[in-house]
Amino acid sequence: MPLLEIRNVTRRFGDFVAVDNISLSIESGEFFTLLGPSGCGKTTILRMIAGFDLPDAGQILLDGQDLAGTPPEKRPVRTVFQSYALFPHMTVAQNVAFPLKMARCSADETRQRLGEALEQVHLTDKAPAYPHELSGGQKQRVALARGLVNRPSILLLDEPLGALDAKLREEMQIELINLQRDVGVTFIFVTHAQVEALALSHRIAVMREGRVEQVDEPARLYAFPKSRFVADFIGHINLLDAQVLEATHGHLRLTIAGLGEMIAPPLAGAAPGGKGTFAIRPEQVRIGIHGEVTELKNHFPGEVTHFLYRGDVTVYKVRLANGMMIEALLPNSAPGGAELFKVGDPVRVGWRHDAGVFLHE
Amino acid sequence: MRRGPWLWAAALAVYAFLYVPLAIVVVYSFNDSRLNAEWVGFTWHWYDVLLHDEDMLAAAGNSLFIALVSSLSATALGTMAGMAMHRYGMRVLAFMVLTPVAMPEILLGVSLLLFFIQVLNLTLGMISIMIAHITFSIGFVAVIVRARLAGIDESIFEAARDLGASPWETFRYITFPLILPGVIAGGLMAFTLSIDDFVITFFTAGVGVATLPLRIYSMIKIAVTPEVNAVSTLLLLTLTMIVLASRFAPDVLRGKT
Repeated sequence: MPLLEIRNVTRRFGDFVAVDNISLSIESGEFFTLLGPSGCGKTTILRMIAGFDLPDAGQILLDGQDLAGTPPEKRPVRTVFQSYALFPHMTVAQNVAFPLKMARCSADETRQRLGEALEQVHLTDKAPAYPHELSGGQKQRVALARGLVNRPSILLLDEPLGALDAKLREEMQIELINLQRDVGVTFIFVTHAQVEALALSHRIAVMREGRVEQVDEPARLYAFPKSRFVADFIGHINLLDAQVLEATHGHLRLTIAGLGEMIAPPLAGAAPGGKGTFAIRPEQVRIGIHGEVTELKNHFPGEVTHFLYRGDVTVYKVRLANGMMIEALLPNSAPGGAELFKVGDPVRVGWRHDAGVFLHE
Repeated sequence: MRRGPWLWAAALAVYAFLYVPLAIVVVYSFNDSRLNAEWVGFTWHWYDVLLHDEDMLAAAGNSLFIALVSSLSATALGTMAGMAMHRYGMRVLAFMVLTPVAMPEILLGVSLLLFFIQVLNLTLGMISIMIAHITFSIGFVAVIVRARLAGIDESIFEAARDLGASPWETFRYITFPLILPGVIAGGLMAFTLSIDDFVITFFTAGVGVATLPLRIYSMIKIAVTPEVNAVSTLLLLTLTMIVLASRFAPDVLRGKT
């Protein structure tokens, strides 16, 4: 039995359907992420799990028990808010001990658990400080300690890294992964930052306009998006309008208007004449003049139009014969050799026959 | 920024306009003369007269008692009104609570008088004065409490519930401590409004009960005696002490956390 089951949940605000008949099940100990652009309903789901909002239809079950009649304070679910929501008139220790006080823990137990929780987030020396004396990262850790101190079944995290700067965010990502592994509590994480979702999660649900588009492990989501939206939302990707010429169980033969034919990996349900999009990641696109590129099954002529040096990689933007733009990404592993091609150079771009995915319309 | 001499002059003029009359009142309360015309010499005489003026002492006692009861009641009711206005965005409630703040005092005085006599059939006295004072103080407390709440991140209250606090515990441990500076400020405001109110009190006092402002008014109808200066000085001292107390209160009570 899954720890948390969301069954056909719908939530409307007036005419706006924030959550549209969503079903999800989340296993115990999982780091599960709800990923999507703002307004996709991910925060509404979080608020319904926490009990701040109720579904208009459907059920939310925890350990098989419907949560409908349970107020927020009675749910074994804790939330880390985007704003951290620390109590400004209480010290770090009082903040973290608050759930223990509400649960009427004995003084001994409170002292012990408070000590453990503060140690877990490396804030033992900040116990007597007030929230306004802390940095963003420290506030974040207080909020985490406060959420975990009472050993909830689920910790909900609402864009908790949103307010941190890039460097600190990366550090906190690693801390979050370690913390989740150590405490073994199920994390449900809400974010619009796909990089964060990929780095942290065991599984990700990609949401769009109140619906779940795809639920998968990060690597599968990245490699095998099931829709154009998911392909485009997760990472960078080249999208080419294509039509199926031939479909066998070994491969797909596609035609791209103004460009020619190409071979793609097979797709169940694809039939000749079917229209869709061929999606390929920039790092799967090879770029060259002759040699290695022309030995690939799929290669097309083009011209370099942009050149973006990013330090670790260089991105080339190439205009194909039909006017479409395609991005190729080359790692700069050899020092000093970043600019292999110049703007205006005629080149060929190609990719392996088993790279990329065809997406039905 | 460069501050020219004209700016200083203007500032000085404004301060003089505000404080010279007060200073004169205080100085002449120590004047050993029946008239406020010229300085004769220093004396405590008028304070001695004041302390033996039974009517004046009774009026002061009434004023303090009314101010205390009405400010405490208005603080409790105004805090609830402020919270309701904030939480439910109640436009109608806000309008109704705030109207007495904006309404001309004379209008409020007359309408309360008619209400007490014709509708409630109440004998005018302490009770009617208190009800009147509570009526016009609630709005001030509510506005201050609501402003205080508006400055607090809403998710703090949700966090409290989320961490296991019942609605009552959320109020007791989170909401109340956070709005306390506003509640105290509103209470002090209600107290000072009540203790120096004249117009509304005049209409709702009836005969027999006098507050300090009413008593002072009836005295200066005859002549401005130095005794009035003395009582004014004491009133000024009391209110200054209230202001200073709120200025130097612990940080927690002033919302500086």
